[in-house]
Amino acid sequence: MSEIEEIVQGVLAGDRRSIAKAITVIENNPEKARRIIASIYPHTGKAHVIGVTGPGGSGKSTLIEKIIREYRRRGKTVGVVAVDPTSPFTGGAFLGDRIRMQELSVDEGVFIRSMATRNYLGGIARATKDAVKVLDASGRDVVIVETVGAGQSEVEIIKVAQTIVVVFAPGLGDEIQAIKAGVMEIGDIFVVNKADRENVDKSVMDIRAMLQLSNKEQAWTPPVLKTIALTGDGVAKLIEKIEEHRRFLEREAGREKAREKAETELVEAIKEKVASLMIEELEKEGEFESYLQKILRREIDPMSAAEKILKKKLGGC
Amino acid sequence: MHGERKIRVLIAKPGLDSHDRGAKIVARALRDAGMEVIYTGLRQTPEQIVETALQEDVDVIGLSILSGAHNTLFPRIMELLKQKGLTDVLVVAGGIIPDEDVPELEKLGIKGFFGPGTPTDKIVQFIFENAPKRS
Repeated sequence: MSEIEEIVQGVLAGDRRSIAKAITVIENNPEKARRIIASIYPHTGKAHVIGVTGPGGSGKSTLIEKIIREYRRRGKTVGVVAVDPTSPFTGGAFLGDRIRMQELSVDEGVFIRSMATRNYLGGIARATKDAVKVLDASGRDVVIVETVGAGQSEVEIIKVAQTIVVVFAPGLGDEIQAIKAGVMEIGDIFVVNKADRENVDKSVMDIRAMLQLSNKEQAWTPPVLKTIALTGDGVAKLIEKIEEHRRFLEREAGREKAREKAETELVEAIKEKVASLMIEELEKEGEFESYLQKILRREIDPMSAAEKILKKKLGGC
Repeated sequence: MHGERKIRVLIAKPGLDSHDRGAKIVARALRDAGMEVIYTGLRQTPEQIVETALQEDVDVIGLSILSGAHNTLFPRIMELLKQKGLTDVLVVAGGIIPDEDVPELEKLGIKGFFGPGTPTDKIVQFIFENAPKRS
């Protein structure tokens, strides 16, 4: 059996070492990653994927620890991908999300993986989506993705998760500032954490008011909940809402959402494939370089160059 | 962006001591050297450390200890690593470890010892040179 086949068999059998290795391959080796995903894909789609996002310091990691415990109490197995930023200057990363979840690392029903963004934008890493597929294929009932501290534009998580929980905390600055766009529009459930602090009701009201401004017709009205992640207060209620949203997806919007997700993935895959094929082709004959030189000399702009290339390669259109 | 494989390091504090300044300084230095550093916080059991190393698929484990319990905790960690098949992971240690204890710990497979005052560059270089080369 090849190394890849062995890893795939291990993942499907739920073997923890194989899951860990598969994710490493996905992060480092696109060609092998494709082979792994191709083999496990038919076994995915069973886990409920929850995205947890929100500004840094709102308590995402601590809350996730409590969410995991609650799911474990209900007999569910859980996988976690926790994303932290890569330093754009050194390429290194400090991954500290596990600090809050450490006791869970010896629970056989829990698998936690830290992941650096490696400068991918949008609040997750390029490999996050496929790491989620690995955990899904390994038989986890629930997969949780923790994004980097996010606010206004880190919304890539919608391509990965079915239920998105946006976590805020009172006192992180002007709420309106923090929530003017971005995460405000992607949340299925909103949580004001650290609800033992002052001004929590004001935060809840602010968020409700923001949500009401949206004129989108919605079959699902995002609830706004209060939690105290440190003590676990409100977490059982949060799980109820997550489960309610899961059932809602199964009933109504689920198929449409799955379709949208599949469509985005297919479009992106085609873009990537076609682009790399085309570039490879151009490089063979040194054309890439000659277009590049023309662009540098300002003789042609990049978009016109791309059009010309396409016409030539695909024959007029 | 794919490119050269990043070295993944677990920095762990086994046992009962609450001094993690040194561990954090080392973690920071390794990060600045371009590594991905997983930091797990204080008071870890050997089981937690080894299970974390497995899930995170790290290349290197750095153990920081100042409590004096290294002769109890380190053998247990090395034994668990062997049991789980994590035999190619580079294990280094820092903190307060008396010189006379080093030979025994080396026999267990721990490769680098970095006491107080070690320049962080030295640790970075050691890891670059000794981390397992994986594909």
